[in-house]
Amino acid sequence: MSTADTPMRTTDRVLKAERISALSERTSNAIARKRVDLIMHGVLLGAVILALIPLALILYEVIKQGLSAMSLEFLTSVQTISLVRAGGGYLNGLVGTLYMVTIAVLIAVPLGIAAAMFVVEYSNSKLVPLIQFFTDVMTGVPSIFVGLFIYTILVQSGGGFSTLAGGLALSLLMIPIVARASEEVFRLVPDDLRNAAYGLGARKWQVVMKIVLPASAEGLITAAMLAVARAAGETAPLLLTALGSFTIVPQLLGRPQAALPLIIFNEARGPFEPAHARAWAGALELMLLVLILTVIARTISRRSKARGR
Amino acid sequence: MDTTTKAVGMQRKSSADDWFRRGLGLAGASVLVILAAMIISTTLDAWPVFKHAGWSFVTSAEWDPGISRTEITGDYGALAFIAGTLVTSGIALLIAVPLAIGCSLYLTQVAAPRISRPLTYALELLAAVPSVVYGLWGLLFFVPVFLRPVMVFLADTLGNFIPFLAGPVVTYNYFAAGVVLSIMVLPIITAVTREVMSNTPSAEILAAYALGSTRWEMMSAVVLPRARPGIIGATMLGLGRALGETIAVAMLIGGSQNLPSTIFRGGQSMAGIIAITFQEAAPENIKALLGVGVVLFVITVIVNMAARLIVWLTGGRVMGDASV
Repeated sequence: MSTADTPMRTTDRVLKAERISALSERTSNAIARKRVDLIMHGVLLGAVILALIPLALILYEVIKQGLSAMSLEFLTSVQTISLVRAGGGYLNGLVGTLYMVTIAVLIAVPLGIAAAMFVVEYSNSKLVPLIQFFTDVMTGVPSIFVGLFIYTILVQSGGGFSTLAGGLALSLLMIPIVARASEEVFRLVPDDLRNAAYGLGARKWQVVMKIVLPASAEGLITAAMLAVARAAGETAPLLLTALGSFTIVPQLLGRPQAALPLIIFNEARGPFEPAHARAWAGALELMLLVLILTVIARTISRRSKARGR
Repeated sequence: MDTTTKAVGMQRKSSADDWFRRGLGLAGASVLVILAAMIISTTLDAWPVFKHAGWSFVTSAEWDPGISRTEITGDYGALAFIAGTLVTSGIALLIAVPLAIGCSLYLTQVAAPRISRPLTYALELLAAVPSVVYGLWGLLFFVPVFLRPVMVFLADTLGNFIPFLAGPVVTYNYFAAGVVLSIMVLPIITAVTREVMSNTPSAEILAAYALGSTRWEMMSAVVLPRARPGIIGATMLGLGRALGETIAVAMLIGGSQNLPSTIFRGGQSMAGIIAITFQEAAPENIKALLGVGVVLFVITVIVNMAARLIVWLTGGRVMGDASV
């Protein structure tokens, strides 16, 4: 890359060299310069450490408080109506979260992967830059706004708060993440593979579905898992779409649905000690769910990337 | 005979290709359709409130929701929440951006891959923590135990000269929300900055060393100027995230509806007022909250589009941020 732009950038380079030599003249004292270098080294290391302290604090606190409140009863029973008393668990929330995330996966993963296929395999289409740009923009849409949107089109218009509404909101948050990550995965498939298939007389759809898709399966699973991890921890959109429930709700429509993050949010805000303890245990449960997914996904992606190179 | 069957076969196959292309194109275009539907649907619903309040929706801080089912009777001025969102996001960026630049420099230019890889991994994990867990942790541990003494100290010393930092300190306030928010946006800013910095041409790095620069001189003369547009883009992406963050901010900002006079008083953000009051809101109030959402959406989308354009124009697209 640097050899290609050398002629254009020669003046740029000269200017930069001048700036560098001016810099070394200004601080020609070798000892002082070494000292500055050492200090800056320390400052940069300090920044990394400072950035990692919160992670350590969060993990420590969630594990400590979560474990002390965790019990078999917590994992296997639904919420008690009373916030004040101890006892009960978040099983309704866990079921609701898994239910809504499953709906979201069923919608977002095929749609996101198809969108990414279009962007990579039909890159000559005029729509592609537009789709790429707005997929990026969509990753930045506030999650609560997605909740408001689903509220206006589904909840308010008669559907009411429901599992489907929550799942749809989560799917809208997942689509750009899946699309963006899958796009990157499809680009890793070598063109030789595509050309070899074309050489054997395969049609475009055959090449894409039977060659590119299987070759990138591992990466696509990673993309989906990262998106699931993100969606499972979302609270804000569910406040406006799933609302929450004290029992396990098998219905897709017509009844509000519970979710782990919603219960944690509600119990943490109150002043009651037993509710706080349950919230910590719930946080541990949610973190385990999300972190396990994330770690597996990142490990797979690292491995397949290493192999790709 | 032979050629005609072939031609027919070809035609059938190519029409399968056409359908395939159309199907994928539709999936791709769905992103555009969804985004358009989002803004149209919510704006239409919030329209009566925009009409009722006019510009005072964004210039007045008088928020006094009515309880009517059919008309708009309350006062809806969202300025206090807009200010709350901007103040918390500003604090978050002031803390996160220098930290992210430091981390990226260390991870790309100083540390050996053996060390930088696990550290990068750990920073990415910071992004995987759900925001409600940040909220819980901030509410019950970090802010009262860790941050409160710091805030009291800041208010007692700097607060005497800078009115914006004056006490008395309320435990949950703009500053507390901003600090936790900075932890949450750090991974995305670091991911983009790191990627831009690792693209520094090695010829220029070697040239700086050949001229006798120390490592820090090399970084400040070569890596940092090269990465500047990328850092600006990363900052704006982080800003987009910070503006839209809901639950953690809602739990830590304190929940008052006043304009911020000092960062150690309680306030409310745009996303926060929606999350906290939506479930008990009357129909007209819901329309007003939708209006707040539309304003938030417009601000974040503008910030995001600007960020993407800056990053695109200077260094191509950056992958890191979508997964973080």
